[in-house]
Amino acid sequence: MSSTTNRDVYFIPEPSKWPVVGTIALLTTVIGAVNSIHSGSISLMLPIGILLIAYLFFGWFGTVINESMADNYNPQVDKSFRIGMLWFIFSEVMFFAAFFGALFYARTIAVQWLGGAGNNAMTHELLWPTFDAIWPVLTNPDNTKFVAPKEAMEATGLPAINTAILLSSSVTITIAHHALRARHNNKLVLWLAATVVLGVCFLILQAEEYIHAYNELGLTLNSGIYGSTFFMLTGFHGFHVTMGTTMLIIMLIRSMKNHFTPEKHFAFEAVAWYWHFVDVVWLGLFIFVYWL
Amino acid sequence: MSAVIEEHHGEHHDHKPTGIGRWLFSTNHKDIGTMYLWFSFTMLFVGGALALVIRAELFEPGLQFVEPELFNQMTTLHGLIMVFGVIMPAFVGLANWMVPMMIGAPDMALPRMNNWSFWLLPGAFGLLIASLVMSLMGMGSAPNFGWTFYAPLSTTYGPASTDFFIFSVHMMGISSIMGAINIIATIINMRAPGMTYMKMPIFVWTWFITAYLLIAVMPVLAGVVTMMLFDRHFGTSFFNAAGGGDPVLFQHVFWFFGHPEVYIMILPSFGIISQVVPTFSRKKIFGYSSMVYATSSIAFLSFIVWAHHMFTTGMPVATELFFMYATMLIAVPTGVKVFNWVSTMWRGSLSFETPMLFAIAFIFLFTIGGFTGLMLSIVPADFQYQDTYFVVAHFHYVLVSGALFGIFAAVYFWLPKWTGNMYDEKLGKLHFWLSTISVNILFFPMHFLGLAGMPRRIPDYNLQFAEFNALASVGAFIFGFTQLILLYNIVKTIRGRNTVKATGKVWEGSEGLEWTLPSPAPFHSFSTPPVVK
Repeated sequence: MSSTTNRDVYFIPEPSKWPVVGTIALLTTVIGAVNSIHSGSISLMLPIGILLIAYLFFGWFGTVINESMADNYNPQVDKSFRIGMLWFIFSEVMFFAAFFGALFYARTIAVQWLGGAGNNAMTHELLWPTFDAIWPVLTNPDNTKFVAPKEAMEATGLPAINTAILLSSSVTITIAHHALRARHNNKLVLWLAATVVLGVCFLILQAEEYIHAYNELGLTLNSGIYGSTFFMLTGFHGFHVTMGTTMLIIMLIRSMKNHFTPEKHFAFEAVAWYWHFVDVVWLGLFIFVYWL
Repeated sequence: MSAVIEEHHGEHHDHKPTGIGRWLFSTNHKDIGTMYLWFSFTMLFVGGALALVIRAELFEPGLQFVEPELFNQMTTLHGLIMVFGVIMPAFVGLANWMVPMMIGAPDMALPRMNNWSFWLLPGAFGLLIASLVMSLMGMGSAPNFGWTFYAPLSTTYGPASTDFFIFSVHMMGISSIMGAINIIATIINMRAPGMTYMKMPIFVWTWFITAYLLIAVMPVLAGVVTMMLFDRHFGTSFFNAAGGGDPVLFQHVFWFFGHPEVYIMILPSFGIISQVVPTFSRKKIFGYSSMVYATSSIAFLSFIVWAHHMFTTGMPVATELFFMYATMLIAVPTGVKVFNWVSTMWRGSLSFETPMLFAIAFIFLFTIGGFTGLMLSIVPADFQYQDTYFVVAHFHYVLVSGALFGIFAAVYFWLPKWTGNMYDEKLGKLHFWLSTISVNILFFPMHFLGLAGMPRRIPDYNLQFAEFNALASVGAFIFGFTQLILLYNIVKTIRGRNTVKATGKVWEGSEGLEWTLPSPAPFHSFSTPPVVK
């Protein structure tokens, strides 16, 4: 049992402070979040926690990038990273599955039963006689507690444009990937920048749509199960697009610094996978939240 | 860069980093495994203390020690701590220690993430236990809605500390997901040459499948607590019928996580028993490949049985029948496993060291828990059993004399490998017999209590239940204090005075890569890959 960091065989990183920093950052953030919720104003711990998380990302990823650029990693490490990213994305899929599940359950079971379907005639008759089981729900069982929306969100218009934007961004990032593999660095930077721009456009339009929903449609988080599922699904998706766009910007900077080679560019591929995942989730949203 | 590498060479000649930094900044699978195991053991005593408060209160009818409000907090935190703070971290600790050694790797695939997975746990449980401490100091209530935190108890009626609980669950979830990803990457990517999938030890196989279950369901748990948070504070109505939602939706999403979680807490124990039984039978395991397929089938079935926890919520009959039959189907692969363990022992040359004793007790007592599970799966019968002590008896048989006994077996089995010293066999046997007898005194009467109609989670009860409750409480205190013997035995083995040195092979019948290493195992397991024929 001589040395362990035998690069040709195995790579094991040095002891690292980042995991402990990560725990402190998360703890600070969540305590700050709870305190903010309870007091109704932003607790100082929340921004400090978020800054710590940013510090964690810069520090931890910075360490990994330096190790990678110093050529410390062998193909086995690369494969471990790939497996890690793949199953991380799968866990994200399952997170969205919970919310899609809630949507399907609400549409096909909860709302129908409140309207008297199955053996629930008396539920409807005695508890919510004025409730109509239609989706989107525009009259809640109890409209004094939850203010129903005036109209549902239409699928044409902004959502359709956003679908086109995200689908094209999947194409542009693939072109960028091909450029990377063909060593065309300028082309890589150009198409990656285009992807970033499309991501930002999506987010701007999404914000536009939320303003429209709140101001004109009366569709809010507080407007019953339709608003709940609508904003939680699109909101978490929007958050993931924000993360993805941030990651794309980092990839753009790293591309400009010539960090990637056709043989070694795991970070780029990981971000591309993530971006495709965000895209596929959007297709699910477009079909089941906006369209059907 | 080469300078950096040179430095590593110097540092890693089995020289461990020293001081607190060794633990805080660790990238070593054994140190991280050790931290997981000690964390779990500490939590066992915390959760156990809460259980003893419950059993003290239930020793006789009437209210003696705790108010009903505090009693609810006791049952809630006992459940949460035992599930998320004891059984799961103990398994991850064992995986950390053993998986790299069993597949011939130097360490886990992603060592830094491994350390983060661990260090999130003290943070998460710090939040949770802080709410109990504050409750005892008279500053609001700790979570009091049971470990299943059903809406609307946890949404409309949850105390302020529920929000800390929600984020605590988020942190546990992140920890579990990263731990699981790490185990999957290690098993796929770090196996020694020649270690094909169908040559992997069963413990590695069961953890491989458990890790997939974890990645699939922990995000769903995160989803359901997020919906709770938004229902509580941001005006959504997922679990509120007034807005078109449904409290039963909570139960569906929760149990979609919750049922695979049950198998997350037992599959690694199946793996441990599958290592221990062949070793002390001096035979190869009977039906290796059927073990692998049975484990996979159980994992698959665990995703389509969740609503058997909800038979009394008013589901359509067709749905109830589907979930009843799907649940009964699980008995088949589980039966295959029990059959294989028994067949492994058949005509083996058995010896009864402490790990083997715990393994045999596991097979008997887990099977009792399995059969009561089968009884609970029958819809019309479940209408009677729902929320009674029969359910409590059932899941304590599978979790205490099942999962926890598996962990005990593992600790005795591998402790000589970890420390280089043999544990005290006499104390081990004493621990075994006291545990096995008292666990039955503790949980067996609960079957009768439940069948006679005593409800769960109630601090007081009718006089007719007095004898069995008193008996269960006596068993609980014996079982609880018996665990101090294990603590003493472990500490004694680690310190290594008056103990026998362990050989590399440790047991006469041991087989597998971990036994080819010296005891104690070197700081980094295999620095060059062994070749498996």
